[in-house]
Amino acid sequence: MTSPGLHVRGTARIGDTHVFGPLDLTVAGGEWTCLLGPSGVGKTTLLRLVAGLDRVTTLDGQIAASDGKPLQGRLALMAQSDLLMPWLDVMGNTLLGARLRGERPDRHRATDVLARVGLSDHIHKTPGQLSGGQRQRVALARTLMEDRAIVLLDEPFSALDARTRSQMQDLACDLLAGRTVLMVTHDPTEAARLGDTILIMEPGGLSPFAPPPGATPRPIDDPATLTAQADLLTRLRNSAA
Amino acid sequence: MKNWLSILASTVFGLALWQAVVTLTVPPSYILPAPWDVAETLWTARGQIAHHSLYTMGEVLLGLVLGAALGALSAIGLASSPLAQTLLRPMMVFSQAIPVFVLAPILTLWLGYGIWPKVIMALLIIYFPVTSAFFDALMRTPVPWLDLAQVMGANRRRVMWHIRIPAALPGLASGLRLAAVYAPIGVIISEWVGASQGLGYLILLALGRVKVDLMFATTIALAVFTLLTYAAVDHFCRHWLDAPTE
Repeated sequence: MTSPGLHVRGTARIGDTHVFGPLDLTVAGGEWTCLLGPSGVGKTTLLRLVAGLDRVTTLDGQIAASDGKPLQGRLALMAQSDLLMPWLDVMGNTLLGARLRGERPDRHRATDVLARVGLSDHIHKTPGQLSGGQRQRVALARTLMEDRAIVLLDEPFSALDARTRSQMQDLACDLLAGRTVLMVTHDPTEAARLGDTILIMEPGGLSPFAPPPGATPRPIDDPATLTAQADLLTRLRNSAA
Repeated sequence: MKNWLSILASTVFGLALWQAVVTLTVPPSYILPAPWDVAETLWTARGQIAHHSLYTMGEVLLGLVLGAALGALSAIGLASSPLAQTLLRPMMVFSQAIPVFVLAPILTLWLGYGIWPKVIMALLIIYFPVTSAFFDALMRTPVPWLDLAQVMGANRRRVMWHIRIPAALPGLASGLRLAAVYAPIGVIISEWVGASQGLGYLILLALGRVKVDLMFATTIALAVFTLLTYAAVDHFCRHWLDAPTE
Protein backbone atom coordinates (compact mmCIF):
# COMPACT_ATOMS: atom_id res chain seq x y z
CA MET A 1 0.00 0.00 0.00
CA THR A 2 1.38 3.40 -0.91
CA SER A 3 -0.20 5.88 1.44
CA PRO A 4 -0.47 9.50 0.37
CA GLY A 5 1.17 12.25 2.35
CA LEU A 6 -0.68 15.14 3.90
CA HIS A 7 -0.17 18.84 3.49
CA VAL A 8 -1.66 21.52 5.75
CA ARG A 9 -0.89 25.16 5.16
CA GLY A 10 -2.46 28.30 6.54
CA THR A 11 -3.70 30.19 9.56
CA ALA A 12 -6.54 29.08 11.82
CA ARG A 13 -8.93 31.41 13.57
CA ILE A 14 -12.23 31.38 15.43
CA GLY A 15 -14.05 34.49 14.26
CA ASP A 16 -11.39 37.16 14.62
CA THR A 17 -9.42 35.29 17.27
CA HIS A 18 -6.15 33.82 16.06
CA VAL A 19 -5.76 30.13 16.93
CA PHE A 20 -2.51 29.03 15.26
CA GLY A 21 -0.27 29.64 12.30
CA PRO A 22 0.73 30.58 9.78
CA LEU A 23 2.13 27.08 9.53
CA ASP A 24 3.19 24.70 6.85
CA LEU A 25 2.87 21.04 7.78
CA THR A 26 3.98 18.23 5.55
CA VAL A 27 3.29 14.70 6.69
CA ALA A 28 5.28 12.23 4.62
CA GLY A 29 3.30 9.40 3.05
CA GLY A 30 3.60 6.02 4.79
CA GLU A 31 5.52 7.53 7.69
CA TRP A 32 4.83 8.35 11.29
CA THR A 33 4.84 12.07 12.18
CA CYS A 34 4.65 13.16 15.81
CA LEU A 35 3.38 16.58 16.73
CA LEU A 36 4.33 17.97 20.12
CA GLY A 37 3.86 21.33 21.71
CA PRO A 38 2.55 23.19 24.72
CA SER A 39 -1.10 22.75 25.73
CA GLY A 40 -3.49 25.09 24.00
CA VAL A 41 -1.25 25.71 20.99
CA GLY A 42 -3.82 24.11 18.68
CA LYS A 43 -2.49 20.60 18.02
CA THR A 44 -5.84 18.91 18.53
CA THR A 45 -7.58 21.68 16.56
CA LEU A 46 -5.19 21.01 13.69
CA LEU A 47 -6.00 17.30 13.83
CA ARG A 48 -9.74 17.98 13.94
CA LEU A 49 -9.48 20.33 10.98
CA VAL A 50 -7.76 17.58 8.99
CA ALA A 51 -10.50 15.14 10.04
CA GLY A 52 -13.15 17.64 8.94
CA LEU A 53 -14.63 17.73 12.45
CA ASP A 54 -14.01 21.29 13.53
CA ARG A 55 -17.10 23.38 12.82
CA VAL A 56 -15.97 26.43 14.80
CA THR A 57 -12.46 27.05 13.56
CA THR A 58 -11.78 28.49 10.12
CA LEU A 59 -8.57 27.61 8.33
CA ASP A 60 -7.44 30.27 5.89
CA GLY A 61 -5.33 27.98 3.76
CA GLN A 62 -5.67 24.42 2.60
CA ILE A 63 -5.57 20.81 3.65
CA ALA A 64 -4.75 18.32 0.93
CA ALA A 65 -3.45 14.86 0.28
CA SER A 66 -0.21 14.60 -1.71
CA ASP A 67 -1.95 12.62 -4.46
CA GLY A 68 -4.48 15.39 -4.97
CA LYS A 69 -7.52 13.20 -4.21
CA PRO A 70 -10.02 14.22 -1.53
CA LEU A 71 -9.28 13.20 2.05
CA GLN A 72 -12.81 12.19 2.83
CA GLY A 73 -13.18 8.44 3.31
CA ARG A 74 -9.43 7.92 3.56
CA LEU A 75 -8.98 8.89 7.22
CA ALA A 76 -9.28 7.02 10.47
CA LEU A 77 -9.23 8.64 13.89
CA MET A 78 -8.15 7.30 17.25
CA ALA A 79 -8.58 9.55 20.26
CA GLN A 80 -7.41 9.65 23.86
CA SER A 81 -10.71 8.21 24.97
CA ASP A 82 -11.36 4.78 23.47
CA LEU A 83 -14.90 5.80 22.38
CA LEU A 84 -16.18 2.24 22.69
CA MET A 85 -19.95 1.80 22.67
CA PRO A 86 -20.72 0.31 26.10
CA TRP A 87 -23.68 -1.71 24.77
CA LEU A 88 -21.64 -3.51 22.10
CA ASP A 89 -19.18 -6.31 22.80
CA VAL A 90 -15.61 -6.28 21.53
CA MET A 91 -16.63 -7.79 18.19
CA GLY A 92 -19.50 -5.31 17.82
CA ASN A 93 -17.23 -2.37 18.53
CA THR A 94 -14.66 -3.63 16.06
CA LEU A 95 -17.33 -3.86 13.37
CA LEU A 96 -18.88 -0.46 14.17
CA GLY A 97 -17.56 1.31 11.07
CA ALA A 98 -19.02 -1.30 8.70
CA ARG A 99 -22.37 -1.13 10.49
CA LEU A 100 -22.41 2.65 10.28
CA ARG A 101 -21.73 2.55 6.56
CA GLY A 102 -24.29 -0.17 5.95
CA GLU A 103 -21.63 -2.59 4.72
CA ARG A 104 -21.67 -6.31 5.39
CA PRO A 105 -19.62 -6.77 8.59
CA ASP A 106 -16.55 -8.90 7.84
CA ARG A 107 -16.36 -11.09 10.94
CA HIS A 108 -13.46 -13.16 9.67
CA ARG A 109 -11.29 -10.13 9.22
CA ALA A 110 -12.40 -8.72 12.57
CA THR A 111 -11.48 -12.01 14.28
CA ASP A 112 -8.08 -11.84 12.61
CA VAL A 113 -7.52 -8.20 13.59
CA LEU A 114 -8.60 -8.89 17.17
CA ALA A 115 -6.09 -11.76 17.29
CA ARG A 116 -3.37 -9.38 16.11
CA VAL A 117 -4.11 -6.95 18.95
CA GLY A 118 -4.15 -9.88 21.38
CA LEU A 119 -7.86 -9.92 22.21
CA SER A 120 -8.86 -13.36 20.90
CA ASP A 121 -10.02 -14.42 24.35
CA HIS A 122 -12.13 -11.33 24.89
CA ILE A 123 -14.24 -11.14 21.72
CA HIS A 124 -17.59 -11.39 23.50
CA LYS A 125 -16.81 -9.19 26.49
CA THR A 126 -18.31 -5.74 26.84
CA PRO A 127 -16.07 -2.68 27.34
CA GLY A 128 -17.03 -2.59 31.02
CA GLN A 129 -15.32 -5.95 31.50
CA LEU A 130 -12.02 -4.80 30.00
CA SER A 131 -9.00 -2.97 31.41
CA GLY A 132 -7.97 0.44 30.05
CA GLY A 133 -5.21 -1.13 27.96
CA GLN A 134 -7.55 -3.76 26.53
CA ARG A 135 -10.09 -1.07 25.66
CA GLN A 136 -7.47 0.87 23.71
CA ARG A 137 -6.59 -2.38 21.93
CA VAL A 138 -10.21 -2.64 20.83
CA ALA A 139 -10.03 0.98 19.64
CA LEU A 140 -6.88 0.08 17.68
CA ALA A 141 -8.61 -2.96 16.20
CA ARG A 142 -11.57 -0.77 15.20
CA THR A 143 -9.14 1.70 13.59
CA LEU A 144 -7.40 -1.13 11.70
CA MET A 145 -10.74 -2.46 10.47
CA GLU A 146 -11.31 0.90 8.82
CA ASP A 147 -8.24 0.15 6.68
CA ARG A 148 -7.61 3.82 5.88
CA ALA A 149 -4.42 5.15 4.35
CA ILE A 150 -4.17 8.08 6.75
CA VAL A 151 -4.52 7.60 10.50
CA LEU A 152 -4.91 10.49 12.91
CA LEU A 153 -3.95 9.76 16.51
CA ASP A 154 -4.87 12.23 19.24
CA GLU A 155 -2.89 11.20 22.30
CA PRO A 156 -4.37 7.71 22.15
CA PHE A 157 -2.15 6.20 24.85
CA SER A 158 -1.86 9.10 27.28
CA ALA A 159 -4.38 7.70 29.77
CA LEU A 160 -2.60 4.35 30.06
CA ASP A 161 -0.05 3.29 32.67
CA ALA A 162 3.61 3.38 31.57
CA ARG A 163 3.94 -0.36 30.94
CA THR A 164 0.73 -0.67 28.95
CA ARG A 165 1.52 2.51 27.06
CA SER A 166 4.90 1.22 25.86
CA GLN A 167 3.28 -2.06 24.79
CA MET A 168 0.56 -0.20 22.90
CA GLN A 169 3.23 1.92 21.19
CA ASP A 170 4.97 -1.23 19.93
CA LEU A 171 1.70 -2.74 18.80
CA ALA A 172 0.41 0.37 17.03
CA CYS A 173 3.78 0.97 15.34
CA ASP A 174 3.77 -2.59 14.05
CA LEU A 175 0.15 -2.69 12.91
CA LEU A 176 0.00 0.78 11.39
CA ALA A 177 3.21 0.31 9.40
CA GLY A 178 2.90 1.58 5.85
CA ARG A 179 0.15 4.04 6.68
CA THR A 180 0.51 7.78 6.98
CA VAL A 181 0.22 8.55 10.67
CA LEU A 182 -0.12 11.97 12.23
CA MET A 183 0.06 11.68 16.00
CA VAL A 184 -0.52 14.43 18.51
CA THR A 185 1.25 13.62 21.75
CA HIS A 186 2.41 15.25 24.97
CA ASP A 187 4.89 12.54 25.67
CA PRO A 188 8.52 13.11 24.51
CA THR A 189 9.25 9.40 25.04
CA GLU A 190 6.46 8.48 22.68
CA ALA A 191 7.67 10.90 20.02
CA ALA A 192 11.27 9.72 20.38
CA ARG A 193 10.23 6.08 20.05
CA LEU A 194 7.72 6.36 17.23
CA GLY A 195 8.42 9.45 15.15
CA ASP A 196 9.94 9.19 11.69
CA THR A 197 9.44 12.93 11.78
CA ILE A 198 9.07 14.98 14.95
CA LEU A 199 7.61 18.46 14.86
CA ILE A 200 7.17 20.97 17.64
CA MET A 201 4.18 23.24 17.30
CA GLU A 202 4.39 26.71 18.82
CA PRO A 203 2.24 29.80 18.42
CA GLY A 204 4.62 31.00 15.71
CA GLY A 205 4.49 27.81 13.66
CA LEU A 206 6.23 24.47 13.38
CA SER A 207 9.85 23.62 13.95
CA PRO A 208 11.42 20.26 13.18
CA PHE A 209 13.28 18.15 15.71
CA ALA A 210 15.74 15.58 14.43
CA PRO A 211 14.48 12.13 15.40
CA PRO A 212 16.97 9.64 16.84
CA PRO A 213 18.41 7.10 14.42
CA GLY A 214 17.08 3.58 14.09
CA ALA A 215 13.89 1.91 13.00
CA THR A 216 10.69 2.51 14.91
CA PRO A 217 9.55 1.49 17.46
CA ARG A 218 12.90 2.38 19.00
CA PRO A 219 13.79 0.38 22.12
CA ILE A 220 12.89 2.10 25.38
CA ASP A 221 16.47 1.69 26.65
CA ASP A 222 18.21 2.84 23.48
CA PRO A 223 20.70 5.58 24.54
CA ALA A 224 20.08 7.75 21.46
CA THR A 225 16.33 7.57 22.01
CA LEU A 226 16.73 8.46 25.68
CA THR A 227 18.92 11.43 24.77
CA ALA A 228 16.42 12.58 22.14
CA GLN A 229 13.64 12.30 24.68
CA ALA A 230 15.57 14.48 27.15
CA ASP A 231 16.41 17.02 24.45
CA LEU A 232 12.77 17.13 23.38
CA LEU A 233 11.65 17.76 26.91
CA THR A 234 14.17 20.57 27.24
CA ARG A 235 12.92 22.08 23.98
CA LEU A 236 9.32 21.86 25.19
CA ARG A 237 10.17 23.44 28.54
CA ASN A 238 11.84 26.34 26.76
CA SER A 239 9.02 26.79 24.27
CA ALA A 240 6.38 26.80 26.99
CA ALA A 241 8.26 29.54 28.88
CA MET B 1 -33.67 -9.56 52.06
CA LYS B 2 -33.03 -6.38 54.01
CA ASN B 3 -35.21 -4.60 51.47
CA TRP B 4 -38.14 -6.95 52.14
CA LEU B 5 -37.73 -6.59 55.88
CA SER B 6 -37.86 -2.83 55.49
CA ILE B 7 -41.06 -3.05 53.40
CA LEU B 8 -42.64 -5.40 55.93
CA ALA B 9 -41.69 -3.20 58.87
CA SER B 10 -43.01 -0.12 57.11
CA THR B 11 -46.33 -1.86 56.32
CA VAL B 12 -46.76 -3.01 59.91
CA PHE B 13 -45.96 0.49 61.14
CA GLY B 14 -48.50 2.07 58.75
CA LEU B 15 -51.23 -0.38 59.79
CA ALA B 16 -50.47 0.20 63.48
CA LEU B 17 -50.72 3.95 62.99
CA TRP B 18 -54.06 3.55 61.19
CA GLN B 19 -55.38 1.26 63.93
CA ALA B 20 -54.18 3.71 66.59
CA VAL B 21 -56.12 6.58 64.98
CA VAL B 22 -59.25 4.40 64.84
CA THR B 23 -58.84 3.25 68.45
CA LEU B 24 -58.14 6.72 69.83
CA THR B 25 -60.69 8.82 67.89
CA VAL B 26 -63.39 6.15 67.35
CA PRO B 27 -64.59 7.60 64.01
CA PRO B 28 -67.84 6.29 62.49
CA SER B 29 -67.06 3.39 60.14
CA TYR B 30 -68.43 5.37 57.15
CA ILE B 31 -65.65 7.94 57.71
CA LEU B 32 -62.67 5.75 58.57
CA PRO B 33 -63.06 1.97 58.79
CA ALA B 34 -60.58 -0.04 60.84
CA PRO B 35 -57.79 -1.93 59.02
CA TRP B 36 -59.31 -5.26 59.94
CA ASP B 37 -62.72 -4.33 58.44
CA VAL B 38 -61.02 -3.28 55.22
CA ALA B 39 -59.07 -6.54 55.12
CA GLU B 40 -62.32 -8.44 55.57
CA THR B 41 -63.95 -6.53 52.72
CA LEU B 42 -60.88 -7.08 50.57
CA TRP B 43 -61.49 -10.81 51.07
CA THR B 44 -65.26 -10.95 50.74
CA ALA B 45 -65.34 -8.61 47.72
CA ARG B 46 -62.31 -10.24 46.08
CA GLY B 47 -64.32 -11.48 43.11
CA GLN B 48 -65.76 -8.04 42.43
CA ILE B 49 -62.40 -6.32 42.89
CA ALA B 50 -60.64 -8.84 40.67
CA HIS B 51 -63.26 -8.42 37.96
CA HIS B 52 -62.88 -4.63 37.89
CA SER B 53 -59.08 -4.87 38.26
CA LEU B 54 -58.92 -6.81 35.02
CA TYR B 55 -60.48 -3.91 33.14
CA THR B 56 -58.27 -1.30 34.77
CA MET B 57 -55.17 -3.42 34.22
CA GLY B 58 -56.00 -3.96 30.57
CA GLU B 59 -56.57 -0.25 30.04
CA VAL B 60 -53.36 0.70 31.85
CA LEU B 61 -51.23 -1.85 29.98
CA LEU B 62 -52.69 -0.91 26.60
CA GLY B 63 -52.20 2.79 27.38
CA LEU B 64 -48.64 2.13 28.52
CA VAL B 65 -47.69 0.19 25.40
CA LEU B 66 -49.32 2.66 23.01
CA GLY B 67 -48.10 5.74 24.89
CA ALA B 68 -44.55 4.41 25.17
CA ALA B 69 -44.45 3.47 21.50
CA LEU B 70 -45.89 6.78 20.36
CA GLY B 71 -43.66 8.73 22.75
CA ALA B 72 -40.53 6.87 21.64
CA LEU B 73 -41.33 7.35 17.96
CA SER B 74 -42.07 11.05 18.49
CA ALA B 75 -38.77 11.53 20.30
CA ILE B 76 -36.86 9.87 17.45
CA GLY B 77 -38.77 11.94 14.90
CA LEU B 78 -38.05 15.16 16.77
CA ALA B 79 -34.39 14.29 17.27
CA SER B 80 -33.98 13.46 13.57
CA SER B 81 -35.47 16.64 12.22
CA PRO B 82 -34.64 20.20 13.23
CA LEU B 83 -37.76 21.26 11.30
CA ALA B 84 -39.96 19.01 13.45
CA GLN B 85 -38.32 20.47 16.54
CA THR B 86 -39.08 24.01 15.42
CA LEU B 87 -42.67 23.23 14.52
CA LEU B 88 -43.70 20.77 17.20
CA ARG B 89 -41.65 21.34 20.33
CA PRO B 90 -43.36 24.60 21.38
CA MET B 91 -46.74 23.03 20.66
CA MET B 92 -45.89 20.02 22.79
CA VAL B 93 -44.75 22.18 25.68
CA PHE B 94 -47.88 24.33 25.38
CA SER B 95 -50.10 21.26 25.34
CA GLN B 96 -48.64 20.39 28.72
CA ALA B 97 -50.16 23.56 30.11
CA ILE B 98 -53.57 21.92 29.64
CA PRO B 99 -54.25 19.69 32.65
CA VAL B 100 -54.85 16.37 30.90
CA PHE B 101 -57.74 15.62 33.27
CA VAL B 102 -59.98 18.22 31.66
CA LEU B 103 -59.89 16.15 28.49
CA ALA B 104 -61.52 13.16 30.19
CA PRO B 105 -65.13 14.34 29.63
CA ILE B 106 -64.39 15.20 26.00
CA LEU B 107 -62.81 11.81 25.41
CA THR B 108 -65.85 10.12 26.94
CA LEU B 109 -68.11 12.23 24.75
CA TRP B 110 -66.18 11.26 21.64
CA LEU B 111 -65.35 7.64 22.39
CA GLY B 112 -68.15 6.47 24.65
CA TYR B 113 -68.04 4.46 27.86
CA GLY B 114 -65.81 1.60 26.72
CA ILE B 115 -62.12 1.10 27.32
CA TRP B 116 -60.84 3.50 24.65
CA PRO B 117 -61.27 6.86 26.43
CA LYS B 118 -59.34 5.29 29.37
CA VAL B 119 -56.59 3.97 27.13
CA ILE B 120 -56.29 7.31 25.34
CA MET B 121 -56.22 9.12 28.67
CA ALA B 122 -53.36 6.92 29.91
CA LEU B 123 -51.62 7.42 26.58
CA LEU B 124 -51.96 11.21 26.80
CA ILE B 125 -50.74 11.39 30.36
CA ILE B 126 -47.58 9.34 29.69
CA TYR B 127 -46.85 10.60 26.20
CA PHE B 128 -45.05 13.76 27.28
CA PRO B 129 -42.82 12.28 29.99
CA VAL B 130 -41.74 9.48 27.66
CA THR B 131 -41.15 11.76 24.68
CA SER B 132 -39.38 14.38 26.73
CA ALA B 133 -37.07 12.00 28.61
CA PHE B 134 -36.13 10.07 25.46
CA PHE B 135 -35.75 13.20 23.32
CA ASP B 136 -33.46 14.87 25.85
CA ALA B 137 -31.32 11.75 25.97
CA LEU B 138 -31.22 11.56 22.17
CA MET B 139 -29.93 15.13 22.03
CA ARG B 140 -27.18 14.39 24.53
CA THR B 141 -25.20 11.83 22.56
CA PRO B 142 -21.53 12.31 23.48
CA VAL B 143 -20.04 14.47 20.72
CA PRO B 144 -16.84 12.38 20.36
CA TRP B 145 -19.01 9.39 19.39
CA LEU B 146 -20.69 11.46 16.70
CA ASP B 147 -17.29 12.68 15.50
CA LEU B 148 -16.05 9.11 15.28
CA ALA B 149 -19.13 8.14 13.27
CA GLN B 150 -18.59 11.07 10.92
CA VAL B 151 -14.97 10.10 10.25
CA MET B 152 -16.17 6.55 9.64
CA GLY B 153 -18.47 7.86 6.93
CA ALA B 154 -21.81 7.11 8.57
CA ASN B 155 -25.06 8.66 7.37
CA ARG B 156 -27.49 10.29 9.79
CA ARG B 157 -30.00 7.48 9.77
CA ARG B 158 -27.42 4.88 10.74
CA VAL B 159 -25.90 7.14 13.40
CA MET B 160 -29.39 7.43 14.86
CA TRP B 161 -29.97 3.68 14.80
CA HIS B 162 -26.53 2.43 15.87
CA ILE B 163 -25.38 5.17 18.25
CA ARG B 164 -27.91 7.79 19.29
CA ILE B 165 -30.83 5.46 20.07
CA PRO B 166 -28.83 2.84 22.00
CA ALA B 167 -27.04 5.62 23.89
CA ALA B 168 -30.38 7.21 24.81
CA LEU B 169 -32.17 4.05 26.01
CA PRO B 170 -31.44 4.80 29.69
CA GLY B 171 -33.30 8.10 29.14
CA LEU B 172 -36.24 6.22 27.65
CA ALA B 173 -36.13 3.96 30.71
CA SER B 174 -36.54 6.86 33.11
CA GLY B 175 -39.50 8.09 31.03
CA LEU B 176 -41.09 4.64 31.14
CA ARG B 177 -40.66 4.40 34.91
CA LEU B 178 -42.57 7.67 35.29
CA ALA B 179 -45.16 6.41 32.82
CA ALA B 180 -45.77 3.27 34.89
CA VAL B 181 -46.83 5.45 37.81
CA TYR B 182 -48.79 8.00 35.75
CA ALA B 183 -50.78 5.62 33.57
CA PRO B 184 -53.09 4.29 36.35
CA ILE B 185 -53.90 7.90 37.34
CA GLY B 186 -55.11 8.66 33.82
CA VAL B 187 -57.20 5.52 33.67
CA ILE B 188 -58.86 6.09 37.05
CA ILE B 189 -59.75 9.70 36.22
CA SER B 190 -61.30 8.56 32.98
CA GLU B 191 -63.22 5.81 34.76
CA TRP B 192 -64.63 8.39 37.15
CA VAL B 193 -65.98 10.42 34.27
CA GLY B 194 -67.83 7.58 32.66
CA ALA B 195 -67.47 3.82 32.96
CA SER B 196 -69.36 0.71 33.87
CA GLN B 197 -66.27 -1.34 34.69
CA GLY B 198 -62.91 -0.77 36.38
CA LEU B 199 -61.54 0.13 39.78
CA GLY B 200 -62.32 3.84 39.33
CA TYR B 201 -65.94 2.92 38.66
CA LEU B 202 -65.96 0.60 41.68
CA ILE B 203 -64.72 3.41 43.94
CA LEU B 204 -67.55 5.69 42.77
CA LEU B 205 -70.06 2.86 43.18
CA ALA B 206 -68.86 2.21 46.73
CA LEU B 207 -69.01 5.94 47.49
CA GLY B 208 -72.62 6.11 46.30
CA ARG B 209 -73.55 3.30 48.66
CA VAL B 210 -71.42 4.67 51.51
CA LYS B 211 -69.36 1.48 51.48
CA VAL B 212 -66.22 3.19 52.69
CA ASP B 213 -64.57 -0.12 53.53
CA LEU B 214 -64.95 -1.15 49.88
CA MET B 215 -63.48 2.19 48.77
CA PHE B 216 -60.46 1.55 50.97
CA ALA B 217 -60.15 -2.03 49.78
CA THR B 218 -60.31 -0.93 46.14
CA THR B 219 -57.75 1.79 46.77
CA ILE B 220 -55.38 -0.75 48.31
CA ALA B 221 -55.89 -3.08 45.34
CA LEU B 222 -55.13 -0.18 43.00
CA ALA B 223 -51.97 0.74 44.90
CA VAL B 224 -50.75 -2.84 44.83
CA PHE B 225 -51.50 -3.03 41.13
CA THR B 226 -49.61 0.23 40.46
CA LEU B 227 -46.61 -1.08 42.39
CA LEU B 228 -46.67 -4.30 40.40
CA THR B 229 -46.84 -2.35 37.14
CA TYR B 230 -43.91 -0.24 38.24
CA ALA B 231 -41.96 -3.32 39.27
CA ALA B 232 -42.61 -4.97 35.91
CA VAL B 233 -41.60 -1.86 33.96
CA ASP B 234 -38.55 -1.41 36.18
CA HIS B 235 -37.54 -5.01 35.57
CA PHE B 236 -37.96 -4.57 31.83
CA CYS B 237 -35.88 -1.37 31.89
CA ARG B 238 -33.09 -2.94 33.93
CA HIS B 239 -32.92 -5.87 31.57
CA TRP B 240 -33.21 -4.09 28.23
CA LEU B 241 -32.67 -0.37 28.48
CA ASP B 242 -30.46 0.73 31.38
CA ALA B 243 -26.80 1.51 30.74
CA PRO B 244 -24.53 -1.49 31.24
CA THR B 245 -22.76 -1.23 34.57
CA GLU B 246 -19.06 -0.64 34.24
